[in-house]
Amino acid sequence: MVVIENLHKTFQKNKVLTGVDLTIDKGGIFAILGPNGSGKTTLIKSILGMVIPTQGSIQIMGKNIKNNWLYRKKIDYLPQIANFPNNLRVKELFKMIKDIRGNTNTDQELIELFKLSPFLNKKLGNLSGGTKQKVNIVLTFMFNSPILILDEPTTGLDPISLIRLKELIRKEKTKGKTILITSHIMSFVEEISDEIVFLLEGKIYFRGNITQLKTQTEQPNFEHAIASILKNTYA
Amino acid sequence: MLKILKYSFYDLMRSRWSYIYFLFYLLLGTVLLFLNNDLSKAIITLMNVIIILVPLIGTIFGVMYYYNSKEFTELLLAQPLKRNSIFLGQYLGLSLSLTMSLVLGIGIPFILYGIFKSDSIWNFSLLLITGAFLTFIFTALAFNISLSNENKIKGFGYAVLLWLFLAIIYDGIFLMSLILFEDYPLDKLSLFGTMLNPIDLSRTLILLKLDISALLGYTGAVFKKFFGTSFGLIVSLFMLFVWILIPTLRIIVKSKKKDF
Amino acid sequence: MYKKFNIYHIKKLHKLFIVIIMIGMHTITIYANTHIVCKTCAHTTIKETIKAASAYDTIIVKKATYNEYNIIVDKPLTIIGKNYPVIDGKRQGEIITIISDHVTIDGLFIINVGTSYTEDYAAIRVKKSKDFMIQNVVLEKLFFGIYLEKARDGVLYHNKIIGDAVEEYNSGNGIQLWYCKNIIIEHNFVQRVRDGIYLEFSDDCKIKNNVSSHNIRYGLHFMFSNNDSYENNTFEKNGAGVAVMFSKKIKMYRNIFKENWGSASYGMLLKEINDAEITENTFEENTIGINIEGSNRIQYSKNNFINNGWAIKVRGACYTNTFKLNNFLNNSFDISYNSKLNDNLFHNNYWSKYTGYDLDKDGIGDVPYRPVKLFSYIVNRTPETIILLRSLFIDIIDFSEKVSPVFTPDKLLDHHPLIHKIKW
Repeated sequence: MVVIENLHKTFQKNKVLTGVDLTIDKGGIFAILGPNGSGKTTLIKSILGMVIPTQGSIQIMGKNIKNNWLYRKKIDYLPQIANFPNNLRVKELFKMIKDIRGNTNTDQELIELFKLSPFLNKKLGNLSGGTKQKVNIVLTFMFNSPILILDEPTTGLDPISLIRLKELIRKEKTKGKTILITSHIMSFVEEISDEIVFLLEGKIYFRGNITQLKTQTEQPNFEHAIASILKNTYA
Repeated sequence: MLKILKYSFYDLMRSRWSYIYFLFYLLLGTVLLFLNNDLSKAIITLMNVIIILVPLIGTIFGVMYYYNSKEFTELLLAQPLKRNSIFLGQYLGLSLSLTMSLVLGIGIPFILYGIFKSDSIWNFSLLLITGAFLTFIFTALAFNISLSNENKIKGFGYAVLLWLFLAIIYDGIFLMSLILFEDYPLDKLSLFGTMLNPIDLSRTLILLKLDISALLGYTGAVFKKFFGTSFGLIVSLFMLFVWILIPTLRIIVKSKKKDF
Repeated sequence: MYKKFNIYHIKKLHKLFIVIIMIGMHTITIYANTHIVCKTCAHTTIKETIKAASAYDTIIVKKATYNEYNIIVDKPLTIIGKNYPVIDGKRQGEIITIISDHVTIDGLFIINVGTSYTEDYAAIRVKKSKDFMIQNVVLEKLFFGIYLEKARDGVLYHNKIIGDAVEEYNSGNGIQLWYCKNIIIEHNFVQRVRDGIYLEFSDDCKIKNNVSSHNIRYGLHFMFSNNDSYENNTFEKNGAGVAVMFSKKIKMYRNIFKENWGSASYGMLLKEINDAEITENTFEENTIGINIEGSNRIQYSKNNFINNGWAIKVRGACYTNTFKLNNFLNNSFDISYNSKLNDNLFHNNYWSKYTGYDLDKDGIGDVPYRPVKLFSYIVNRTPETIILLRSLFIDIIDFSEKVSPVFTPDKLLDHHPLIHKIKW
């Protein structure tokens, strides 16, 4: 579904990705982890075509994404910071995105799920951060695309919504979707992800499931396992 | 693109700034017309205001809009949309809404005053056309500036500088060079110099209407052809189109290569 | 107008007793015969009819085309055309020459005057005569139209002169006066000749209600002529509207000067003029409204200057002129001076560019207006800079010059500018 070969990205002089090879050919939840500046966001944005690679290629569902935009129909993306046009109403935003991507009815369920109905007629500029994130989540999940990319999905969510989100992600997984997640909340990652892709200095340092990670780092606990990778490299 | 245009336009039409901009022109137009009671004088004053103010508002709003809607643009970028359509849609949406504020703001008092029944209707339409051209040009330039500068403060700085340069400094340099080379035939140079600055170009359009008597006092053949026939009007309008076209093309090229 | 038509009769007799006037009129009526010219009449040409007629006879010219030129009117006659008979000169030379007093020409259509580089052929020439009347005449394809030479006390009324002049050197003037006195020129239409109306060494003439347009040089031109007046005329789209040169005491009232466009185009050109009065005229859309050189003691009052390139351009040596109660509306430049000296008075004018205020509400601005801009000085020096007109930069330097004048006459101010347009 996602094939990345020898991906390089340099911003001016700053080498962010230095040869990433990643093949994901099945469904499941993949957590992309790494320290700050390791290139997580750049990798995600490269997949979305927002960042144009210096070198290397990306294929989504068997098609090279270069100079292509239709492939994005297959991807749902939850951006990290949700900021919408302040003067649009929530309802109008949903309408607009549906207008762009095609109609769907899933949004009603999701609005119900996140209790957004009271906000539908409010202007986006007047919403709290958490509500905005819920709107953001609805926007992402309302289309039934085979690939889901979630960038820090838990930001600003209250515990109930967090639980709902996790359920939602699991539900999507059962549909056989490929789900890429970045997060700083290790418990969340540990709980939900099937596989870890650990980025370090622009390359994939580790790929495998949590058990493998624990074995390799000889740490009993996931959080410590991650920490030990970092300690080793910075030492 | 049309979808993006539509939503940017809707969004902006409801923005506070659009109202302020609209109300400003409404007030200006009303005050000029009903206090002075002199239609042609009001139009002349508005022309002087418009060729300075519209570029300023165009650049500032353009830069502001771009930076403010950056996250939303990123959301759009992740949608199955062409980059061109996103940026051109936003650009056109902003330009149209600014033009709309201008046209309605000035138009309403003038229509109430009875512009359609007066012979100033042509001067008035020229005023609006010039305003529209300048809005489209300077919004496009603003998008260019912000596409090239990630830093918001820097972008604002460049936008203000650009305005300052084209509205004032350029003419200063222009005047100096004309005086410096006054021993040479200058009519071609002076017309050429005008073409390179959209504010000067629209000023030329206004001169063609208001100051034709003075312009025909100059003896140069090129000048005479330019101002004495419709040649000047056609060339100026054409150049204004070019001034929209080039920055717009650069928006397309630049946005294609840009990382977000 | 019938009164004017008979003006010489009345003049001749006005000192006699009424009875004698009656008898006198009667005598004329009795002894004056009427001759008719037509293609089937006893007389078929105007020339032979004139020969056959006696003094004070009337000749009626019926509608037809008469190919005649060098028609000499050598006795007091009244020649009246019925339904505009055509006199075609076939470009052979002058057509009608009047060398007698008391001649009236009425209602002729005269075409094809001869062109010459040595002689000024005219459609109608009045030579050393007085008490004449030329009216309702239409002239086309002409060289000179009506040429008055050392004539006096005559009237030119309601004639139409339509030339086809292209170049100055091979064209003549519509109405030309040379060493004339006391001539009335009224209600004439002159188009497309060199000078519409030209006065040289001619005094005490009145020029009223004429329309002079599309002429190559001037609509109206005075040279060495004094005590003349012109009123209610329209001068439109001429090379220059009116040129008044080397003349004294000319009165100019209520004329319209419009759309005289070009590098040497003026609504009015004043050169070496003294003691003139210029009142209630309208100067609209001219490259230069009034161009003044070496002219003194002229009163400009209640004139409208609208949308001109330069309302008034002063080119040196102009002293004690006064500009009062004029309206300066939307001119690109109001006043342009080429020196720093000023001896002329500007008082109580309305300037549409005035931005001052009137706190005591007496209709007079509290801040003086400075009509000469730095930019007009720059444009005088480097004409191409005109392209920067209305630029913000120019406004800024104009403003700084206004605050502390360096290049422009610092005493040239209207200390009492009006707040409202003057109407009369």
